Amino acid sequence: MSALPAGASGAATPPAFSKSEMMIVAAARELAGQRVCFVGVGLPNIAVNLARLTVAPELELVYESGAFGAQPARLPLSIGDPTIVTGATAAVSMFELFSFYLQGGLVDVGFLGAAQIDRFGNINSTVIGEYEHPKTRLPGSGGACEIAINARHVFVIMRQSKRSFVDRIDFRTSPGNLGGAETAARIRKEQGWLGRGPSVVVTDLAIYHFDESGEMRLDSIHPGVTLDQVRDTIGWAPKMAEPLATTPEPTAEELRLIREVLDPDGAYTK
Amino acid sequence: MSKVASMRDAVAALVHDGDVVAIEGFTHLICFAAGHEIIRQRKRDLTLARLTPDLIYDQMVAAGVARKLVFSWLGNPGVGGLHAIRRRVEAPADGAPAGDASPTPLELEEYSHFGMVGRYTAGASNLPFFPLRSYFETDLPKANPLIRPIQSPFGEETVYAVPPLKPDVAVVHAQRADAAGNTQMWGLLGCQKEAAFAAERVIVVVEDLVDESVVRADPNRTVIPGLIVDAVVIEPWGAHPSYVQGAYDRDNRFYRDWDAISREDSTTQAWLDEWVYGIAGRAEYVEKLGAERLAGLRPSGRALSGEVDYGVYK
Repeated sequence: MSALPAGASGAATPPAFSKSEMMIVAAARELAGQRVCFVGVGLPNIAVNLARLTVAPELELVYESGAFGAQPARLPLSIGDPTIVTGATAAVSMFELFSFYLQGGLVDVGFLGAAQIDRFGNINSTVIGEYEHPKTRLPGSGGACEIAINARHVFVIMRQSKRSFVDRIDFRTSPGNLGGAETAARIRKEQGWLGRGPSVVVTDLAIYHFDESGEMRLDSIHPGVTLDQVRDTIGWAPKMAEPLATTPEPTAEELRLIREVLDPDGAYTK
Repeated sequence: MSKVASMRDAVAALVHDGDVVAIEGFTHLICFAAGHEIIRQRKRDLTLARLTPDLIYDQMVAAGVARKLVFSWLGNPGVGGLHAIRRRVEAPADGAPAGDASPTPLELEEYSHFGMVGRYTAGASNLPFFPLRSYFETDLPKANPLIRPIQSPFGEETVYAVPPLKPDVAVVHAQRADAAGNTQMWGLLGCQKEAAFAAERVIVVVEDLVDESVVRADPNRTVIPGLIVDAVVIEPWGAHPSYVQGAYDRDNRFYRDWDAISREDSTTQAWLDEWVYGIAGRAEYVEKLGAERLAGLRPSGRALSGEVDYGVYK
């Protein structure tokens, strides 16, 4: 957890932070102690940059666009922004990035978003509905499929709802713990995957880790959120830690960094 | 021999109806100028290949030049979806009027980023496939039967293979080239090199034409040799609203604006009329953007690379 000084938010007033801010802060704190992180577009982008400024100053940022050891001077809207190149350790081709850095096993944490996730952390970012005639056409894999397989640990950051936390995903874009930990471990070993699969899911309501059966376990609920709210937005009966924790509120410094330094226009945090 | 040509002549001579066209560049160096010229020349039945179709293929699909997309990530980075493409792909909502839904579905052939990079790599190296660890235990091979499993000849492991991609034409934007097409770029390189080497014909579009001596002074920076280049087009601001490292920034405002413009087919077509069909070429487009908009996209300062010494050996 963060070693920063506690925030100034009063106990009696409603939380002085948005759900998105809580989600970003919780995800950033999970990165404490990690070294090489593969950054995705959107929320992961701001969470990882917040971690670099707080709990993980040694973090090497890798962008799938080919920047390694990036030190962005502004929050990039896209993952191919010029600010991730200027001052980076290396700018490499995508072939090198995917072959040597990612498939070669140098990435500790890969961040993924998801339109749908199941209890074993398998992810859909391709379609809602049938593949041939989708109700909603989503972006597709991009680098997600290879991140899920090759990054040592996978962190998922997404908004939670009955439509996103589902019993059955419509399309498996990125493998998580497949049908459970045993199958997943066997396949990872047989196929020589270096990745160990999903380790944490951070949403706007709560934090989940994966238990020994490979299933998502509710560990911590964000301040101001009720257990019913969390349960009502999951499409299965979730396993729960005992006792359930309450996620520490964002500190004043974390909020300042998000609002003044990382996302002054509120593009991600509104 | 000089290969310098106008965009109009290069596209007319090198892009044909029915071609597989790859305008590459990952966020960086996306040649919108070439895409717009292809639209203006009303090319038809193209297969458009790119990792990220981006706004340029959304515009080209809306203009009716394409029958098929080969891609790995379909979105407006940091903003949302690509609406013109989605209108051609998604099932109409129940009870919704037909509206501007196109009668012709757009064919999709979908990979992951590494799969697309591997396809160009196999195409460039004259190999029958490219193996990668992706796709295992995913639905992607079901969605695309060209993603196929193979067993290692040296052990028990199974990997997936993707077929080579050899575009008829690759368009590559870069900072500079000489008249023979020796091309140098810096910043994010994407898979421009792989796409160019895989392609039958190559159009290089640059911000600056430089003397051969400039290229020879820094050979490590040459990404594409003139050997494989068919035309060199000099087109300053040719990548806008994408960007060119060190020259101009990504016009994120346009990427956001496109979300609203492209929500309806009528507004999309009106934009194409004004910004593509209604003008002669990139110079007029740049003029229309206006000095103030352009000035706002210049880098806020310089970040020069250090010099290296290659040495003289006689």
